[in-house]
This record gives sequence, structure tokens and C-alpha cells, in this order.
Amino acid sequence: MIFFKKMIYFLKPLFSVVLGLGLGLVITKIAGEDPWNVLQILLKSAFGSRYDIGMTLFYSIPLVFTGLSVALAFQAKLFNIGAEGQLAMGSIAAAAFGIYFPNIPFPVAPILASICAFLVGAVWGAIPGWLRARRGSHEVINTIMLNFIASGLTSWMTLYLFRNLDSQNPETKAVGAGYWMPHLKIFGESPVSFSIFIALFAAFCVWFFLWKTALGYEIRAVGQNESAARTVGIDSAKIRILVMAVAGGLSGLVATNEILAHAGRFRLGFSPGYGFMGIAVALLGRNKPGGVVLAALLFGALHKGTSDLDLETENVTRDLSQILQALIILCVSAEGLWSFLLESSFGFKKKKKSEIRTL
Amino acid sequence: MRAWFKISPLLCVFVNFFVCSEVFAEEVKLQGGGKLRIGLVLDRGGIDDKSFNASAYEGAKKARDTLGAVLKYVESTDGNFVPLLTSFAQKKFDLVIAVGVSQVDALKKVASQFPQQQFAIVDGEVNVPNVKSILFQEHEGSFLVGAIAALKSKSGKIGFIGGMDIPLIRRFALGYQAGAKKAQPDIKVVTNYVGITEDSWNNPAKAKELAVSQYDSGVDVIFSASGASGSGLFDAAEEKKKYAIGVDSNQNWVKPKYILTSMVKCITQAVFDVCKEVSRGEFHAGIQRNGLADGGVYYAVDQFNQDLLSKSLIDQVEQFKADIISGKIQVPDYYKNKK
Repeated sequence: MIFFKKMIYFLKPLFSVVLGLGLGLVITKIAGEDPWNVLQILLKSAFGSRYDIGMTLFYSIPLVFTGLSVALAFQAKLFNIGAEGQLAMGSIAAAAFGIYFPNIPFPVAPILASICAFLVGAVWGAIPGWLRARRGSHEVINTIMLNFIASGLTSWMTLYLFRNLDSQNPETKAVGAGYWMPHLKIFGESPVSFSIFIALFAAFCVWFFLWKTALGYEIRAVGQNESAARTVGIDSAKIRILVMAVAGGLSGLVATNEILAHAGRFRLGFSPGYGFMGIAVALLGRNKPGGVVLAALLFGALHKGTSDLDLETENVTRDLSQILQALIILCVSAEGLWSFLLESSFGFKKKKKSEIRTL
Repeated sequence: MRAWFKISPLLCVFVNFFVCSEVFAEEVKLQGGGKLRIGLVLDRGGIDDKSFNASAYEGAKKARDTLGAVLKYVESTDGNFVPLLTSFAQKKFDLVIAVGVSQVDALKKVASQFPQQQFAIVDGEVNVPNVKSILFQEHEGSFLVGAIAALKSKSGKIGFIGGMDIPLIRRFALGYQAGAKKAQPDIKVVTNYVGITEDSWNNPAKAKELAVSQYDSGVDVIFSASGASGSGLFDAAEEKKKYAIGVDSNQNWVKPKYILTSMVKCITQAVFDVCKEVSRGEFHAGIQRNGLADGGVYYAVDQFNQDLLSKSLIDQVEQFKADIISGKIQVPDYYKNKK
């Protein structure tokens, strides 16, 4: 029975995904498309060629970072809504570093720029962490507000400090040539780079940190029962600041994908909402690093897959991606319903009740 | 039994899904089949901006209807044009049209990557052998509407509201100013920009705010080059009973009596023409400049605004137009002044 329960634990998100996709395809049917055809377009566009797979991965990488950021914070029962701001700050920091020191040679330059992005993201995350820990103001409000400040600050820096005057687009000058991460040639012309390994490594580190170190244990203890954690001598304030800082740093690492591998500069509004999608990714990934990676891959595939709908169908556009994401999240958050349906249909809810009775 | 009842909603979804796919699987995609295929990548502001993007779409639609072409378009929601252009190119569309100057860098990259494909760009200059750059001499047209604004103004103050503060829009502003000064040497021109980010093309509220404060400071004619934000100006003009000047498309109909004229760029015609070229296999890459002389830019006079413009005013503006075409008047060009 325990095995069965474990199965259900893993199957639930999967069912949510399938149900969400199913509902989404029903919507396409209502919109006048052939759902089967839409599904084929989605799959072909997301995984049809090496370039397509590359683009899917390219969209997934930032989601891994932001998803990890949200998931890590959540392990300490903190809601990090500020990944969007943290990634913007990290990215502008990496770009600024690359503009100020254009002559650093290859292997050193991207490493330093990544560290810079991580640190600035960490500072941006630590601010609401500190406010929560020391002043008790809620991190949801503070992270949301800091998103606006970050957006204003990055706009100002882009347009007044580092503006690329040769372009009519709002973007900074280019970083030095040594900053470009090597692209993975196997994915054709798509901008997938070495940053995918950084993302996977980050996921591994978060897992190791949370489940294999004493500090990680303290973080989870604070998350699950703060007063109990305090009683055994854990400094919950310090833990919260630390968690938010690392979460911010993880978001900041989006720079490795965008600045150091794709654009080579900071472009205003480059993120189609990676930070907010990260919340959904963490939710779907059950706040576990492995789950986050898989969920990010799914959302990346949705983002890429739907991009061809404008071209291939008459009535459905790319916005279907958001509808699908929303439906999947809706199905995930209807978890209670899921347990109810699955357990009652496999008939061991009754047993539970009888167990309670015997107790 | 109860259990099955519980999971029945789930089953319904799947059954429904498979039934649909059975029925509709027979519908074959009505695509391609030797037809001309046109892909349109629109800028921020989107298809309903009644201005820049709308006129490009209008041209492509005309091509679809008269040339029997297949037309697909995408609106950019963020600044990432490369994947959009790449998708069209990969699917071997006969012509991919990038609408807007913000796609220059993206198109440069994609066009060099797909040297066999044909591309066109509106408002931007891309020097790649398979790209046709459709440019407009917007400073010349702006000069004329500047003159109209100055001649129509009673207060001696006129205004300009730009969308995003970029060289292209400064080109409008400079021409407008020069035209106004030429017609009324002591005129004052107030200039504002909606913003410095891409959102500026789609922020009517901010444009309206700027327009109201300009009108309140004594300005009585405002020219706006701000894409979809322009509708905010028109609202303000109606509210304050002052004049506005439209841009890119003929916008006279939007608020008759309050829109003095429109500085039209013949984007519709230019887009249609390039589609026609491709359909006949006569696509010519390179730079195509559309100015006053060839009717590529003009100020619109139609049934909605002919009562607002007096005969003498029109005569004077026509004189300016003739002088520009003959070269007697040199309209300052922001692009050249900068270099």
C-alpha cells in the first residue's frame, strides 16, 4: 500500500499535466481546430528537429533557475514572487560587468560574470529576506514591490548608463568577446549553451544542500515548523535571510543563458515572465529540484511548441501556451480533488477511515 | 461502481478528446498547395493599433485577397524577434515581412542564416542580399503636416508627441519642427515622448496625459508619432476641442472634426507591392525609399477633414511640397544630421 501511495504521489502531477493538456485541447476544439492536429503541431514544434529541441531547452533553462529559486524559498515556507526582479538585476549586473571589463579572456570572463550575476541577484533576494526576518514585513509584498524597483532600475541603467547608441532598440552595449559561453553545436543554430550544465548543476546543488547538509536540514525545519526549529536552537531569522539570498542568486543565474549565451547584452524586456513562470514550475515540480527540472522542461516545451500555432492554424495563437500552463496549474492545485478521486476509485480511502476508527 | 462514478469527469474529458480527434482527423490542412505564402511579423502595438502595424497588415491582407496568397502573422509580445522570423523562414514561406525598426538586428541575423529565403523589412535598413528594406522619408511628410499645424494654430504654439524616444521618431520631430518654422517663423513647438521602452508604442493613457497638459499650456495642434498610443491623443483632442494630427495610416476617420489631417506613410501599398513582386518572381532586394515625390508619404485630405483645411492653406502646403520635390527646400534629416 505504501508503494501505491508513493506511486500516486508521483503520478498526481503527471495526471495534472495530462488533464490540463486535455482540457486545453478541448478548448482548441471549441475554437474550431482539430485538437489532434494541434497536439501534433505542439510536439513537432517542440521536439521536431535538433533546432527545435535546442529552443525548447533554451526556454527551459531560465525556468530551471527561477523554479529552483522559488522551490528553495518554499522549503523554508517563504514565497519568492520576486524571481523576475532578481533575474533582471542579475542579468544587468552580468552585462555591466562585461561592459566594464571587456578584455577578460574566455574561461575566466563568463565565470566572473556568472558570479557577479549570482551575487547581485542574491543581494536583491536578501533584501526581502532581511525585511521578513528582522522587521516581520511579509516577503510576498516586498518581493513584488522589488520587482517594480528592479524593472525601473534596469531600465534606467540600460538607457542612461550603458545604452547601445547604434541601435533603435532599448538595449545595452555588447559585452566583451570573451564572455560568450560555448554553444552546443549539436542543437544547430539554437542558442543552447554551456549554461544548461550550470542549470543542472544548480539543481543538484540545491538537492544536496537541502537534503544532505546540516544547514539544509535547518532550512527545512524552519519551513515545516518554525517554533519547533527555534526551540532546538535554530536561528530562523538568519536561515530566512540566507534562503532568500540563495534563491535570489539562483534567479540571477538566468544571466548565463540570456546575457552570456544568447544576446551578449541586456535587452529591456527580454524575459517573457520567466520569474512568474518559475512559481508555476516549482508548484508543478513539488518544490523538489528534480521535479523542477522536469517541470521546466515541460513549460519550455509548451512555450516553444505553441510558437508555431500562429503559423500553422487558423484560430489558435501562441497564447494557448498560457492557457495550457494555467490549466495545468489549476489541475495541480486541485490536489485535494485528485487524492479524493484516485483514492476513492482505488478504494483505500475507506481503509484509512477504518484505521482512524480503530485508533 | 461508485469509484467509476467518481472518476467519470476525467473519463469524459478523454473520451471527448478522442472522439473529437476521430471526427476531425479527416479535415486536411488547407495550406500551401503551390500558393504564395506570406509571413508577417508585427511589432509591439499589434494588429489593432489603427496605425503602423495595422497598415502593414492591411497591405498583406490585400495581397491575400487579390493574389490568392496564404497569410500568417505573429504579434511580438516581447522583444524576441529571432525565433519568430526563424519559424517563418524554416517553414519556407515565400516572403517574410518584418514590420518595424526594432527587428533590424533580428532580421540581419535570420536573413543571413537563410540566404535562400526572401525577406522584407518596413522602416528599417538591413543590408543583406536577400532583404528588401522599405524606407519612408517621414521627415518630408512631417514637414508638411508641421506647416499645416503652424498655419492652423491660433495660439502660436503647437505640440509633438513621440512614441518611443528613438532616432526614427526624432526624424519625425525634426521634420515637423522645420515645417512649422518655415510656415510661421515665430511658432513654438513643444515636444514630448511617451517613454523610452517598447511599451511606449502601446500606452494611450500616458499619451493622453501628455496631450492634455500640452493643450492646457496653450498648444492647439498636436502631431503624434506613437503607434497605438496615438488614440490617447485623439481622445484628449476631442475632450479639449482642439486639433490632432494622425500618423502612418489615414486616421482622419477616427475622430472627424478633431483630426486635422494624417501624415500617411504608404505602408499598405509598399507591403502589397513587395508581395506582388514575389508572386511574379520579380523580388528585388535592396533599399527602397518612398518619399513625397512618389507618393510614398503624403498628408491625407478626405471627406472627414476637408472642412478643416482652407483653400489658401492647402495651396501654401502644396507649394512647400513642390519645393521639397524640386529640391528648393531641404528638409533636415535626423539620420543624416546625427552622422
